[in-house]
Amino acid sequence: MIALLTRDLRLAMRAGGGFGLGLAFFLIVVTLVPFGVGPQSELLARIAAGILWLGALLSCLLSLDRIFALDWEDGSLDLLATAPLPMEAIVTIKALAHWLTTGLPLILATPLFALLLSLPEAGYKPLILSLFLGTPALSVIGTFGAALTVGLKRGGLLLSLLVLPLYVPTLIFGAEMARRGVEGLDITTPLLMLAGITCGTIALLPFASAAVLKVNLR
Amino acid sequence: MGLNVSDLTIARGGIKVLEGVSFTLQAGKAIVLRGPNGIGKTTLLRTVAGLQPPVEGRVETDPESLVYSGHADGIKATLTVTENLTFWAEVFGQADISNAIKAFQLGPLASRPAGALSAGQKRRLGLARLLVTGRPIWVLDEPTVSLDVEAVGMFATAVRAHLATGGSALIATHIDLGLPEAELLDAGRFRARVAALDDFDEAFL
Repeated sequence: MIALLTRDLRLAMRAGGGFGLGLAFFLIVVTLVPFGVGPQSELLARIAAGILWLGALLSCLLSLDRIFALDWEDGSLDLLATAPLPMEAIVTIKALAHWLTTGLPLILATPLFALLLSLPEAGYKPLILSLFLGTPALSVIGTFGAALTVGLKRGGLLLSLLVLPLYVPTLIFGAEMARRGVEGLDITTPLLMLAGITCGTIALLPFASAAVLKVNLR
Repeated sequence: MGLNVSDLTIARGGIKVLEGVSFTLQAGKAIVLRGPNGIGKTTLLRTVAGLQPPVEGRVETDPESLVYSGHADGIKATLTVTENLTFWAEVFGQADISNAIKAFQLGPLASRPAGALSAGQKRRLGLARLLVTGRPIWVLDEPTVSLDVEAVGMFATAVRAHLATGGSALIATHIDLGLPEAELLDAGRFRARVAALDDFDEAFL
C-alpha cells in the first residue's frame, strides 16, 4: 500500500503529473475575483471565505479525472485489481494521494491567497480548519466519481455533473464555518457537521468506489 | 497448485462468446490458447484472472496464486525501468528485481524512463513484471506482440524456467512461442451457439 502511495506521489511530482494544476487554478480564481467584483476591500472581505472555499472545491474537481483514468489507460488498473491489495485499499490510497497532491497544497497556500482577498484576521483560523476538515471529503467523494466514470473516454463532464451535487453539503458547511469565523460567531455547529460529513464519506465511500470499480473493469 | 476450469460460459458486452470451456492446468505445465480474433480468448483470460464473473461454470484456483498480464503493460512512462519493476515487486511483497532485469536483458535500460523505451523494450519490461510477482500461475494475453525473435527466445526461456520451478502458464497467442512442450487449446471448439443473453441488465453492467 505504501508502494502505491509513493508511486502516485512520485508520478504527480514528475513531468505532466499535474501537481501544480490545482494550485495554479486556485491562484487564478483568487486573483481574478477582485478584478471581477471591483477593488472594494470591505466587499472582498465579506465574500473572501466563500470565494476561497469555492476556489478550493473547483481546483479539486479539476484533477479528479486523473485519479483512475491514467491507470486505466495503461493497464495498471487491471494489474492492480489482480494484485494482492484489496480494491478498497487501492481506492483509499488513491483518495489519500489525491488529497496530498491537491487538498494539502491548497490548504498551505490559503493564508497567502486569503491575504489577496483581504480576509479579516479573525477568519484565518476557522477557514484553514474548515479546509482541513472538508477537503478530505472532496477527495474521497471525487474518487467515487472517478471510479464511476473510469473507462469512459473524456468522462470529465459526466464526472463533474455527478460529483458537484455531492460536494454541496461540504461546501455549505465549510463556507458557513469560515463565514462565522470571520464574523466572530460560534463555529461549533458547522464544524461538527463538516467533521461528520468527512468521517461518514471516508468510512463508507471507499466500499462503494471499490464496488463500482470492479463493475467497470469487467 | 493448479487451475481447474469446469464448464465455463463467458460473455463479452452481453453476448455469449464461449461455452462449456473445461480444462485443467497443472503445476509445471503450460497451455497455449489459440483461436481466431474475437473468439473470446481475452475474455476467457480475464474471467480466469477474476476480473469479470463467468456467466456459468466455475474457475477453481487460489486467486492469490495468479498473475495476469494483458494487452497493456501497466508501465508508467515517467518512472524508470527500475522504479516500475520495484513498484510491482513491492505490491506483490517481493524485494528482488535483479532476476527479472537479467532474464529480459533490461540491465542497460535500467535507469531510463519507461516512456523512452521502444515498443518491444516496453513489452520486455511488462513481461519482466511477471518475474517480480513471485506467483506460480501466469495468465498471459498475447505476451510476444512487438517482440523480436531474440526477445521471444528470452520469453520462452523465462517460461521454461518458471515451469521448471513448479509454475504454470496459460498463454493466449497467435505467434509461435517456441514452446513445443506446451499443450494446445483451441478456443474455436467452445464457440457459443446462442447469441444474446436473457439478462437484459447484464449488457449495462
